Amino acid sequence: MDTFLQQVINGLTAGSVYAVVALGYTMVYGIIQLINFAHGEVVMIGAMVAFTVINALAPTGLPPLVIVLAGTACAIPICMLVGYGMERLAYRPLRQAPRLAPLITAIGVSIILQHVALLVWSRNILAFPQIIPSHSYVIGGAAITTVQIAILAICFGMMAALAILVYRTPLGTAMRATAQNPQVAGLMGVDVNRVIAATFIIGAALGAVAGVLFGTYYGIAQYTMGSVLGLKAFSAAVLGGIGNIPGAMLGGVLLGIVEALGAGYIGDLTNLCAYETLAERISDCQGGGNFVLFGSNYQDVFAFIVLILVLVFRPSGLLGERVGERA
Amino acid sequence: MLLEVRQLEVHYGGIRAVAGVDLQVAEGELVCLIGANGAGKSSTLKAICGLVGSKSGTIRYAEEDISHAPVHQLPRKGLVMVPEGRGIFAQLTVEENLAMGAYAHGRADPLAQYQRFPRLAERRRQIAGTLSGGEQQMLALARALMTRPRLLLLDEPSMGLAPMMVAKIFELVREIAGQGVTILLVEQNARLALELSHRGYVMESGAIALAGASQELLHNPRVREAYLGE
Repeated sequence: MDTFLQQVINGLTAGSVYAVVALGYTMVYGIIQLINFAHGEVVMIGAMVAFTVINALAPTGLPPLVIVLAGTACAIPICMLVGYGMERLAYRPLRQAPRLAPLITAIGVSIILQHVALLVWSRNILAFPQIIPSHSYVIGGAAITTVQIAILAICFGMMAALAILVYRTPLGTAMRATAQNPQVAGLMGVDVNRVIAATFIIGAALGAVAGVLFGTYYGIAQYTMGSVLGLKAFSAAVLGGIGNIPGAMLGGVLLGIVEALGAGYIGDLTNLCAYETLAERISDCQGGGNFVLFGSNYQDVFAFIVLILVLVFRPSGLLGERVGERA
Repeated sequence: MLLEVRQLEVHYGGIRAVAGVDLQVAEGELVCLIGANGAGKSSTLKAICGLVGSKSGTIRYAEEDISHAPVHQLPRKGLVMVPEGRGIFAQLTVEENLAMGAYAHGRADPLAQYQRFPRLAERRRQIAGTLSGGEQQMLALARALMTRPRLLLLDEPSMGLAPMMVAKIFELVREIAGQGVTILLVEQNARLALELSHRGYVMESGAIALAGASQELLHNPRVREAYLGE
């Protein structure tokens, strides 16, 4: 098997999900300069709701596609409601407050949502029932599964749809106008509050689908899944340039690939037995053994290494704010 | 009266920027509001279109009390402001800026504006932030006209423009007024504003100090001394 190609495929799959989640961060940041730390929890709630519905419907013998669609169809409106609710109740009253206040509120909202999920679903890990028969196709020495193909298709489809919404519709133009100058947008008849609420709702809907896909990919969902996924997606948004929509898409995909390649090679690179001078002194290496310092379970580290590197060397991100448009 | 402002007061924190202003604009009029920097002209305009809240007083527009109407509802009623500093959406294209003008009624047909402003037609796909100052002012005017205004509030349209461009912008304002749009113009360049308008108000320290026909104000000794530099 070709490790490189395989990891690129895996990374592309996870990365496309990160990209969709990152859009939720970047859209909200673009319009009200708030890093909505609770967005990861919205994604988690999407996965949890969908998994609950899917597990309930699994024994009915309905076609798997119908079951998954039903789960997603329940998750989307609930997440939209959560997204709207947090904007209306937590962030809107703080619109004129110093920027630190809504930021800390966002962390608070995140903790609240996580604990609401804990109350509803307890600590149990929800498993995705084995209802989708997974086929693998081999291309160039690497395997790609039907689930991966579906995730890629759905994520890129959603990104294209969002791009059309933002760049080709009156609502999208109003979103970009509000991001640039909310006062003047108001003078042109844009109800700024509604546009901001719409931004949260759209981000939450994308997040819901991303949550279902992410859960389906790894087969599990739990009330804590939002924090790491959220932080990674946030890193992706920063990598692309926070506030920049194409940047979030690019950042998500790149982050997924970096992470997968890192996970794929870190074991080989930190296998001390591969280095002759060291191998002689390590007893584990005798007879073809291995002594691996960091295994692929260090995968999560790479996202945050990327975040640190970007913040140190290019805080405006790859596409920066100057090039693209905020929305 | 299309616009009737009574005893308007605007406060910023403890500072009284507008202190009991009365002014009226009749349908079809071109009225100017002149005065020194900080006299409260812009604050009066901003209060009329709801960008700043008024402390007291009433604002009636087309027989309706709009003192507390939300900003975004006014364009639907035909009241629109071109803000100081133009306020174009710098990262949107010219065309998208014009489309924003039509946001309230949803029928974006920029053709009439492109005919009026051929420069904008040439640059319709250009990012608005790359236009020159004069072009940006034209865009701000064109965008406001896209809302199909009945009353147009102009805040310092000559600001930061070269004299030739100022003359051009004022010519456009005259033309727009000639087509039946009522205009309330706030301007620091008192001579240009009075020469263009039918009536004028002179603001000093947040209150109306003088009011009358523009031709009379142009010959008023106090105006000549304080605002026309004679």
